[in-house]
Formats: sequence, C-alpha cells, structure tokens
Amino acid sequence: MDTKDMKITIGHLYPDLLNLYGDRGNIACMMQRCIWRGIEAETIEFNTGDLIDFSKLDIVLLGGGSDREQAIVCHNLLEIQSQFKEYVEDNGVVIAVCGGYQLLGKYYKTDAGMIEGLNLVDIYTEQEEGRLIDNIVLQSDLVKMPVVGFENHGGRTYINDNQPFGKVLYGAGNDGKSGYEGVVYKNVIGTYLHGPLLPKNPQICDYLIQKALERKYGTVELSPLDDSQENMANEYIYHRFVKE
Amino acid sequence: MRLRRMLAIWAAKITEKISVHVFHRQGVTWAGKIALKIYPTILKELAGQVKNDIFIVCGTNGKTTTNNMLCAAIEAEGYKVICNHTGSNMLNGVVAAFALGAGIGGSLKADYACIEVDEASTRRVFPHFKPDYMVLTNLFRDQLDRYGEIDITMNILKEVMQQAPDMKVIVNGDDALSAYLAMDSGNPFVTYGISEKVMDDKDSHEIREGRFCKRCGAQLHYNFYHYSQLGDYACTGCDFKRPEIQFNGSEIEVGDHLAFTVEGRRLQANYKGFYNAYNILAAYSAARTAGLKVEHFNDMLARFNPENGRMEQFMIKDTRIVLNLAKNPAGFNQNISAVMQDETLKDIIIVINDNAQDGTDVSWLWDVDFDRFKEANINSITVSGIRCHDMGLRMKYVDISSMLEPDVGKAICERVENGCGNLYVLVNYTALFSTRNVLKKLEGDR
Ligand SMILES: [Zn+2]
Repeated sequence: MDTKDMKITIGHLYPDLLNLYGDRGNIACMMQRCIWRGIEAETIEFNTGDLIDFSKLDIVLLGGGSDREQAIVCHNLLEIQSQFKEYVEDNGVVIAVCGGYQLLGKYYKTDAGMIEGLNLVDIYTEQEEGRLIDNIVLQSDLVKMPVVGFENHGGRTYINDNQPFGKVLYGAGNDGKSGYEGVVYKNVIGTYLHGPLLPKNPQICDYLIQKALERKYGTVELSPLDDSQENMANEYIYHRFVKE
Repeated sequence: MRLRRMLAIWAAKITEKISVHVFHRQGVTWAGKIALKIYPTILKELAGQVKNDIFIVCGTNGKTTTNNMLCAAIEAEGYKVICNHTGSNMLNGVVAAFALGAGIGGSLKADYACIEVDEASTRRVFPHFKPDYMVLTNLFRDQLDRYGEIDITMNILKEVMQQAPDMKVIVNGDDALSAYLAMDSGNPFVTYGISEKVMDDKDSHEIREGRFCKRCGAQLHYNFYHYSQLGDYACTGCDFKRPEIQFNGSEIEVGDHLAFTVEGRRLQANYKGFYNAYNILAAYSAARTAGLKVEHFNDMLARFNPENGRMEQFMIKDTRIVLNLAKNPAGFNQNISAVMQDETLKDIIIVINDNAQDGTDVSWLWDVDFDRFKEANINSITVSGIRCHDMGLRMKYVDISSMLEPDVGKAICERVENGCGNLYVLVNYTALFSTRNVLKKLEGDR
C-alpha cells in the first residue's frame, strides 16, 4: 500500500492541563513529517472530561504538567484507564513526556501526597530532594542518532525490569543514579525529555510514525526527508555536551 | 559607622566606573556586591533615607519599562528618584541603585525610589526594607528551569507581601493570577485594567496560564481575552472574578501609536504594541495611588525613550532597524503582534541564546505562535544566536523557511547590505546586550 493513501490520527491528551513546556513541538513534528510524505495527519485534542475513543487513535501524546495539574488529571485518567490499557496492550503507540511519563506508572509519590498513575507500565516515581534540570543526551537502541533534549523533574522514576529509552551520555536521566533514561514498553515511549523532543530527534519521530502505520496497515516504508537542519541541531547539542 | 558606609559607597562608585563600560550590567551588580560586603546594613540605611515612598515593580513582563516610566513620571513632577534603570533587579543590583545614588558624604537625598525586583529575589530584598507600594504587572510562564513553576513564584510573592502587610499592591486586575495573589495576600490593593474588548483573541491557540481558579480549582470563564490570560474572567465554581477596576483604560487606540483615556485624561504615546498600554497604565496608577498629580505625564511619555532594546530604533545606512526584547512566550507573541502592525515589507532576525540568565531551556520557543508570520509581509527571516538551530527548526515546522547565521553581527550586516531597508531584530535576554552593542557600533561607524 502506498503511504499516500494512509492516515494517522494523533490524540493529544489533556492539553488544557498538560502543556507545560512546548508540547506543541512534538505534535507539529509528527504532523509535518506525515504531511511532507503525503500521509494524511490529524490531531484531536481531548480536554479533561472528554470521552476518548482509543480505537480511532494511532498515536497518543501525553504531555507534561505541574504536580498540581497532574493531580487534577489523574482523576480523569482513572476513568479511561481500562480502555487506555487495552490500547497499549494492543500495541497502540504512546509518547508520554515528563509529567505524562510519570503518569504511565503505578504512582507518583510527592511531598504533597500520592498521585495515582495509569498503571500501564510497571514503573513508579517518587519525589526526591532537588530538581534535575539540564540538557540531556542519550544513546537509544531504537535509533542510530543520539537523542538530545532537556530534562526538568523533581521525581525519580524507577523502571524495574523494563527496557530504558536510552543510556545517559550527559545529564541525569530517570533517577540520576542508574545511568538510564525513560522507558520503552511495547509501542510506548516514556521519557523526561520534555517539550519539543521530536524536532531535534527526527528518527524518534519517524519510529513512532512507522510503528503506528505498521499497526494499522502492515509493512510500511517511510520515504526519506531532507533532515539536514534537524541533524545540525542534534549534532550541535551532542558536540556541546558530549565530547568525542 | 558612617565612615564605613561612606567607604562602601565609594567602593561601589569606583567599581561601577571601572567595570560598567567593559562588563555592562555585570559592573552594576559587582558595585552592589562590594558595597554590601563592606557594609551589610547599607541597603537598610539608605532605603530608610528616602523621604517619601519606595515603589517596587514585580511581574513577569514589563518590569523595566514600567519602572523606568514610573521614575520618569515622578521626576517630571520635580522630585529626585532613585531607580535601577538598567534593569539590574537582583539584590546586588538593588543595593547598587541606592549606593550609586547616594552622595560621597554617605547620605541619600531622594524623595522617592522606584526599584524593579526579580520575583525570586524579593525574598532577599525584603529583609533590608519594606516598600510602600508594589506594582504587580502580570504573571506568565518564564524560564521554568530557574523558577520551577508559576506556583512557586506566586508562593514567594505571597510570602513577601505578608511580610509587609501595609504595602499597597497596585495590581493588573485583568490578570487572574496577579489579582488572586493580591486578594489572597490580605494586603491593601488597587487595580488597573482595560474593560473594553480591544482585539478578539478568543480563537487564538496561544498557551494561557491560569485557566483554572486558584481559589477553588474550577475552570475560569472569560468574556474576552486581551492576550495570553489577560482579560475579563469569572470563576464557574466560586465567586472569584475580575475585581472592580479603579484605573480603567478606555477608548484604546492601537496601531502606529497608543492612546487611551484614564480618569478622564487622554494619554498618548508613540509606541507600538498593545502591551505597552499596560505598562503606561501601571506607571500611571502607581504614581496616582501615591497621591501624585502627574500633570506632566503626557510630556513625560513624549520624551520617554524605552531604550534598552524595548522597541529601540536605529538607522544604519538606509536601513531602519527596530530592536526589541522578548524573553518568554507572552512577550514574544506581543512582539509578533507589534511587528505585524507594520504592514510594509520587512526583514526579521530572531536571536536566541540559552545562557543562565535566559534560562537554559529553550523549549518555550514552541509555545510562541510563530505561524502568524505566515500572514505577515515578510522579505526574509534569519535565525541567529547560540540556539539558532532550535529557532530554525521552530520555523521549519510551521513551514517557514529561514536563513541561519549564528553570529548576530554578520546577520545584521548581511541584511543591511541585502535586505529591504526595514529590519526588526527580536532578541532574548542575553542576546540583547551583544546585539545592542553591534547596532550601536554600526550606527557610530556610519
Ligand atoms: Zn473559583
């Protein structure tokens, strides 16, 4: 099947609460990289209280929010937990960033109390002294290029036996100790690399698009795009923070 | 002890003299740091010598312009005012403003002080003196890597307001976050705002803070938005709503110039950018609240040069250049509106740095509505600065092509040679100083 006849629907969950820092960059990146290839792309925003039909979605984006906003969201999430779980187990693609990443797990324990998570992946998060704030560079098994971004989190996430998203080359990662960042479970990626993760990591963006299309249409080959600008931006961060 | 205070003042003056021309604002900061080191109670004592009132100006955007304008308005009435004009707004900068304003005899002859203070630094400034008035301009998301979250900034401000329970807050009533803070603190407050709809911003995709009531958590309903979260709001869950506005700007004119009526007076300024109406209104309300008649306010506005890269104009060869600072999404969106009010063909250079003072995280670029440039009459866009690659991608993903030139000096010269003669340079915080130096030098070389 020609990719020109394909369509991807992105569900952006709770932008009214979880939009802490540039999550629009991830949406714009997924949309454009489909459109530039002639793949139809659509984003549906679901605000708190909206009904979500996961069977209509190919990629779900769960963004970052403040602790207070996360606590509000978590009530809404519990209502959709079983459908969301079904979507994940059925290889639905999810990119969960920052606060969204924390919500994937069992719980997020903060000084102010316990935020119950979606329990989609067997991980948990606990608030510890000090925030981990800096540029970050990873080497991920999912792609060839290094993954570059920015992290800013007070929670430390423990991923048990799950596969990490990447090995930390610069920065703190999940807990500042393990040397790993994020989690990969089926077609779910959870990561602290917040906001515009995808524009500087086009291979991660294409990985998500590829997985979403394969789930829907079977084998798919994405046509290459001119990524010289993306590669330059990626290389700049890599060279600045990771010495050869 | 008077001798020690004199020593501290001399040291500050000497430090400033020898370092400010080389290190710019850093020099002012050092002057304050040294003065405080030599004489730790210097700020307390000098602030105590201000004859009438001390104003401090806080809030995410518009601090420097509002504070300098307030200072100019009071000076226009014939008073002597201490002011941190350069925008050096942390503790050392505040100390420097007083120390440099004092006489070499060690005492201060000033009627008023107008001091902008970085929100997080209020905690370090308030132990030295309690201001009579706090102007609170607005609260937007800004440099989250430094402050954590807006909630943290609000907690700090509430804490210092409660340390100075007699301090009257002059607050932007159109901002639900600032207004809530003033009400919640228990401090006396007066409000300013704009009650008429100026432009309909309801359908914009702008990221807005404070969509939820800080008192009860329910969603706020807006009758209209001015921009960002500024507008006319009321809570759907409790009785929190936009407070009654004491200083109301009406019959607003925006475009090539700004004009509006407040207290039956028509105020007029030669600036672009609707957000400047708030800066003018804030300065006016503060001066009036302190009992000043401000009969020369319009003369002051006519003379007032925002400088410091706030819509600052330059002429190089035949190119008219406007330099403007924008350091967060709300500020940048307002800048874009101001640029678009000029309908003639233009070149744009955007300079983005990620130094500590800028906030090392540039994710906020994705919260700015750059796609609006698609509808503007634009000849070219050049991206520059340390994070020019990020800025270039930001444009690429809204299908706008841009040229890349990391060196801002080269970028400006190239556009002066080959551009259309009308150039806007939009810069974030630390990029302002390097860019302004380049422009000053080029203008001087002519
Ligand atoms: Zn309420």
